[in-house]
Amino acid sequence: MSFFEYPFLIRALIGVVLTGLMAPAIGTYLVQRRLSLIGDGLGHVALTGVGVGLLLDRSPVLTAVVVAALGAIAVELVRERGRTSGDVALAVLFYGGISGGVMLVTLSGGGGGRSLVAYLFGSPLTVTRADLVTMGVLAAVVLAVALLLRPWLFAVCHDEEYARVSGVRVRMLNLAMAVTTAVTVTAAMRTVGLLLVSALMVVPVATAQRFTRGFLATMAAAMAIGVAASAAGLWVSWTADTTPGATIVLVAIAAFVAVTLGAGLLRPRRPAPTDAGPPEVVLPG
Amino acid sequence: MTVLDVTGAVVSYGGRRVLHGATLSIGAGEVVAILGANGSGKSTLVRAALGLVPLRAGEVRLFGTPLRAFRQWRRIGYVPQRLGAGSGVPATVREVVASGRLPRGLFASRADRAAVTAAITAVGLADRTGDPVDSLSGGQQQRVLIARALAGGPDLLVLDEPTAGVDAASQQAFAGALAGFVAGGGTVALVAHELGPLAPLVDRAVVVHHGEVVHSGAVPEPAGHHADPGHDHVHPHAPTDGPSLW
Repeated sequence: MSFFEYPFLIRALIGVVLTGLMAPAIGTYLVQRRLSLIGDGLGHVALTGVGVGLLLDRSPVLTAVVVAALGAIAVELVRERGRTSGDVALAVLFYGGISGGVMLVTLSGGGGGRSLVAYLFGSPLTVTRADLVTMGVLAAVVLAVALLLRPWLFAVCHDEEYARVSGVRVRMLNLAMAVTTAVTVTAAMRTVGLLLVSALMVVPVATAQRFTRGFLATMAAAMAIGVAASAAGLWVSWTADTTPGATIVLVAIAAFVAVTLGAGLLRPRRPAPTDAGPPEVVLPG
Repeated sequence: MTVLDVTGAVVSYGGRRVLHGATLSIGAGEVVAILGANGSGKSTLVRAALGLVPLRAGEVRLFGTPLRAFRQWRRIGYVPQRLGAGSGVPATVREVVASGRLPRGLFASRADRAAVTAAITAVGLADRTGDPVDSLSGGQQQRVLIARALAGGPDLLVLDEPTAGVDAASQQAFAGALAGFVAGGGTVALVAHELGPLAPLVDRAVVVHHGEVVHSGAVPEPAGHHADPGHDHVHPHAPTDGPSLW
């Protein structure tokens, strides 16, 4: 049987393609700010929202959006103060979020373990038409913020102090970016899961960076890589009978390794850049 | 009209007082060099004037408006000491310069794009427009920063040690771009450790010492071994309270 003869596979494909498109779009800003792991933390927090939704018999996606957005605002306020103790505050928030989520999901009796695994690692094959509509709306919001606010978000991410002196509303943009990250995490929860979505925010951007020279080019290439890895990953998981979310992430990582090796072989040796800086994957804070 | 007015500015960093009631006034069209040793508080003075550092006491007015009420940030171009650290993703010269002229609507106008191109040309980097800024030399990066400030078409340029550790060719290009801005009637506040090729542009010098303005007038002559023609003025981590300013 061909891949496209199953409606559930087509729905899964649409779901993962939406994820592959929006996650790297917002992820480009996060990587630029060296906040690569923030999506992971917000995924932890979103699980509490899922638990609340299941417990109240409401749509877990909507409650997860609200809780993750509140978590994102808290993270941004901690980051803004720039204190060392902020690091610990974030750890408490993230682990509190995931523990609270596990407890609430179990309390709700909503399928217990199976339901948890579906939210943590994704379950694109069970995506319904209604899920796709919700995802589509959330993805449209994410893409609108990431693409239309690019000049301002770029200014803030590239040089926050300069943006301040240019009269840019730095705080509002930072909060917008944090909330958009939370929305992305939640929208992707049905496809790649709360624990893996961060990979799609970061890995395609890291891959694109190996061969791009500018910010817009990196963002565009990362989105293309995200879509390709998601579609290819879903196909591999279908043929090899593996978990879709994890397979998509592994395909994205394989692309990263291949491009890194390829770039190393093809590119003539050039002098080290003047400002090497720390690695781009660092803890938020 | 005064463009920049700082009265009795007091600034502390974690309990340590850096400015003790510094006062500075810059009129329209003036080019003022703010000089002082490392740690004298000269950078803090301009950072406080721009609202980047909170004031404990004192007042700042920009173009006659109190800092808190000031909204015409387009009239100010700021050139920091170096490129910000947030460069995890590559950015081209054009992208960085364009961030100095953010569109008023959703999209950049033709005038916005022309201003960005003109600013890049003014600092002599027209052939590097599409290159990532990370691939440029320190001096070239510094030129990108002045282009970014010029792109917005400011009335006041605030430069924080823009030529520290910059190669001679870039210093000349920098001086040329600044001369063009001054010729067009622009006002400049230039924080510097030494003036180098920027010296001919300066109308007045203000010297900051131990967080206070101790001199305002002609550029002081270098003294002691600093006056030697062959003196190589490099001491990035000099003690903060040396016996001489120079």
